[in-house]
Amino acid sequence: MTEQELITNIETVPETQEYFINMGPQHPSTHGVLRLLLTLDGEIIKKVEPHLGYIHRSIEKMCEKDSYQQIVHLTDRMDYLSCHINNEAVCLCVENGLQLEIPERVKVIRTIISELTRLSSHQLWWGVMGMDLGAITTFLYGFRDRELITDIFEETCGARLTMNYNVPGGVMFDIHPNFQKRTKDFITYFRKKLPEYDELLTGNVIFTERTKDIGYLSKEDAISYGVTGPSGRASGFACDVRKRFPYSAYDRVEFKEIIYTEGDCFARYKARIDEMWESMKIIEQLIDNIPEGEHKAKTKAVIKLPEGEYYQRVETARGELGVYIVSDNKKSPYRVKFRSPGFSNLSALDTMARGNKIADLVATMSTLDLVIPDIDR
Amino acid sequence: MDNEKLKNIVTSVIPECEFSPDESQFLNVIVKPEDFRKLAEFLRYDPETQMDYLFCMTAIDWNTHFFTIYHLTSSVTNFTVVIKVKITDRETPNIDTVCDIWKTAEFHEREVYDLFGIKFNNHPDLRRILLEDDWVGYPLRKDYKDEVNIVEL
Repeated sequence: MTEQELITNIETVPETQEYFINMGPQHPSTHGVLRLLLTLDGEIIKKVEPHLGYIHRSIEKMCEKDSYQQIVHLTDRMDYLSCHINNEAVCLCVENGLQLEIPERVKVIRTIISELTRLSSHQLWWGVMGMDLGAITTFLYGFRDRELITDIFEETCGARLTMNYNVPGGVMFDIHPNFQKRTKDFITYFRKKLPEYDELLTGNVIFTERTKDIGYLSKEDAISYGVTGPSGRASGFACDVRKRFPYSAYDRVEFKEIIYTEGDCFARYKARIDEMWESMKIIEQLIDNIPEGEHKAKTKAVIKLPEGEYYQRVETARGELGVYIVSDNKKSPYRVKFRSPGFSNLSALDTMARGNKIADLVATMSTLDLVIPDIDR
Repeated sequence: MDNEKLKNIVTSVIPECEFSPDESQFLNVIVKPEDFRKLAEFLRYDPETQMDYLFCMTAIDWNTHFFTIYHLTSSVTNFTVVIKVKITDRETPNIDTVCDIWKTAEFHEREVYDLFGIKFNNHPDLRRILLEDDWVGYPLRKDYKDEVNIVEL
């Protein structure tokens, strides 16, 4: 064979072929039952197609038959890591519809517990994110510190995860006498521990190599996809509901809206770490100033919202949760829609992952902080 | 910008639209399916409104007709409007897609299609998203019957 013939032969070697891989539903780093159908060219991701609905329970349909008090209990099965905030969203929406005056004490208690919930959610996220990228220690650290918060919850209302502490009109019980002391102890403890988180991951070369410039999301895309929460703010989208539409006691506390403009995995990581500092700041401002008074406003046993539409948004640990209630003046709503942050955040995954390597998809998904029941509802 | 000004802007684009005041805390605009796409494009790209963030999209079944409901806001001007598209055709409800204007609509429209059976014209990938592909019926419709899974008390 001549040299010329050899070159022609090499040029006609068949090209690599695109192929498909199923990631999930049982993949550990999807953090639940989510299936991603990946189109790959070698190691490079060409397309990510999420297949959802494995744990769809039709909560919106169930709500159409339930009373307003019962709906509250369904919502903490959606995003179980920010259960208190989900409950709060429904309660605020119902109270808004009834034009109920809420005691100041309730507003402050709700805000403190919301921030504790956010802290515990971010701690868990930090732990599992480290583990997704191969660091077991972070998982143990995250859960060790989270345990202290769930202990406070347990003492307050008897439950550790799905708390159901909120009811329309207030909170179910008054806070435990130890609540203030234990929360303050926790904050003192965690202020010392959070720098350890930085030491373990933030400055770690292996970690930064795997997160910087990975999973880029531009600001325009973040807004267009409706990516909210720390993920949206890491792309420069100022979407913090606590700042833009203050509810409960957020109008009287000082905190910074964390905004990064890089839009990569590391920015999303940093946004959450910084948010933990801000949450502690909020709790410290409120914990000594819980006003005296009732823990619950008086409501009727059967709540009927006047005819109309009510929309309430709150900031959960994952982003903007919207509760849209359409009432026709009966004891159960005519239609309820939960605009869950996870659903919108997931839709941007395709844009973020395209062109990256398949191993980077794990980092991208971790920094989106997906909770699957929140997506499937 | 206040509600009055926005009302004037919307009326200048779609003269025969209706407003339903006092229904919620936002300005509600009711339009016909054929006018909807024009209004959506205008609100998104007009420099005065710049509604770039579709924060909630859903539908509702009022037995005689459907509404598809779009909650729009602007990250620049912070102003909110709710567009409701009235679909009277119950047999083959259909409406133009907006998922090229707001990318989040792609998933939300699939969800509405899944649970209400409203078809979105020109949607790139209109399949069921939450339920299985062979599911019969559209569960969030008010006339949906399922004697196995739904227990009436």
